[in-house]
Amino acid sequence: MFPFQFTKAFDEAAALTAAASGGRYIAGGTTLIDLMRETVERPASVIDINALPYRNIDLQASRLRVGSLVRMSELAAHRGVRSQFPVIAQALELSASAQIRNMASIGGNLMQRPRCLYFRDVSAACNRRTPGSGCAAIGGRNRTHAILGTSDACVATHPSDLAVALIALDALVITRDGDGEHPIRIADFFRQPGGTPDREHNLAAGALITGIEVPVTPEARRSGYLKVRDRESFEFALASAAVALDIAAGRVRAARVAVGGVGTVPWRLPAVEQALVGRPVSAALWRDAASNAAEGAKPLSENGFKVELIKRTVERQLATIAGLP
Amino acid sequence: MPSVGRVVDLNRRTFVGASIAVGGVVATAPLIAGCGEDRQANTATSAVVRLRINGEDREIEVDNRTSLLDMLRERAGLSGTKKGCDQGACGACTVFVNGQRVVSCLTLAVMHDGAEITTIEGLERNGRLHPLQQAFIDEDALQCGYCTAGQIMSGVGCIDEGHTRSPAEIREWMSGNICRCGAYTNIVTAVANAARST
Repeated sequence: MFPFQFTKAFDEAAALTAAASGGRYIAGGTTLIDLMRETVERPASVIDINALPYRNIDLQASRLRVGSLVRMSELAAHRGVRSQFPVIAQALELSASAQIRNMASIGGNLMQRPRCLYFRDVSAACNRRTPGSGCAAIGGRNRTHAILGTSDACVATHPSDLAVALIALDALVITRDGDGEHPIRIADFFRQPGGTPDREHNLAAGALITGIEVPVTPEARRSGYLKVRDRESFEFALASAAVALDIAAGRVRAARVAVGGVGTVPWRLPAVEQALVGRPVSAALWRDAASNAAEGAKPLSENGFKVELIKRTVERQLATIAGLP
Repeated sequence: MPSVGRVVDLNRRTFVGASIAVGGVVATAPLIAGCGEDRQANTATSAVVRLRINGEDREIEVDNRTSLLDMLRERAGLSGTKKGCDQGACGACTVFVNGQRVVSCLTLAVMHDGAEITTIEGLERNGRLHPLQQAFIDEDALQCGYCTAGQIMSGVGCIDEGHTRSPAEIREWMSGNICRCGAYTNIVTAVANAARST
């Protein structure tokens, strides 16, 4: 790890000022410290924002607001979240380990960097870490990499499960800079790699994430998260599906479907949603709709299995959610 | 300048040795006062943290880079907490920070000024082992023992959080702790038994 200056910010103004001169925010630290130790991240200055007032979970009739410094375990345990947004609680509890969920913040979860081994190995070519150096994953070991939203520059998967649930639910990311608060639709927050994979999100330089907002909807209440992985627990997704359905009189009234483990960003599936809305519920409907789940997929040398896997993951989760009491 | 580098290094070792020798009832002030160059060179990249570790108030100077784990083992003299992977994957370094189980390798000591830390050395009460420590002995829940301190700290957290209603639930909520000897079956039994008795 390279040396750095450490500052604890006791209010927003102090944090924003410290970041304006190039500091890096730290909350839980579970991603950043790991990457600093590998020298992938080399900040000259680290700003501890844990004293900022972003610790509340506020559930109202029309929306849930969650402070960015709420820990994953706190949000997952919240009774209102468990009953009105099961997909959020499940995505969180299927992430990481109990210890890491006690440490990692909601804002930091969205800011997680890829788990691609070449990104984390400073001796390997990686356009995301060192723009212009190439991508060792495209011709290398890419079994766990993305099939959706990839480019010639980068094929790393987005690691967050929470973000998949939030994309499905049309959450807002609330950011703050010197000019005030700016909400960003979460679908506009993450950037596909294109030719600039080092730019992972549209958060302005030095801005803070203060929280997220999620609208309360009938379908969010009937929702859940399915995660398929190489081992039963404490593992990143090979394929995952966040599904929320509003079903009335035997028909799908509203549907929200997003997938993880397969995209360079958390991936919404509008074609699957459109195939569901207005149709009578049936096993055939789940299969038909899920057949659109891999639309546009570009498999790599080792991850072709994800094309079929993501369709089956979506189909299974549609059936599970529709079958809920 | 190489000579300065050597001085810094020597001072750090002297500091470590001294703070362990006096049981950590910190002799930092005279030591730091005695190494002006060191302090000047490190002003921006080190800090003094005040913590309550296993019920004892401590003041420890650390480099900003020092993990909570390295501080506990190398500065506080508490080597019961183990370093396995040093990347949050194995759980051997599990301790409590303000009552919550965390992996001490993925957090910086400087972030914990004012915190209350409990390590494996702080679990016993009045010379009696914690019920989960006793359960690990009774159930033979270890072989080499390297992961055991982390397993026990995590298990106490698991019991406190109430995630012990079935062996499957214990396995899921203990998945942050890896045992390469494969003592899992007895670890799950030990946690289940201690949960019933506490």
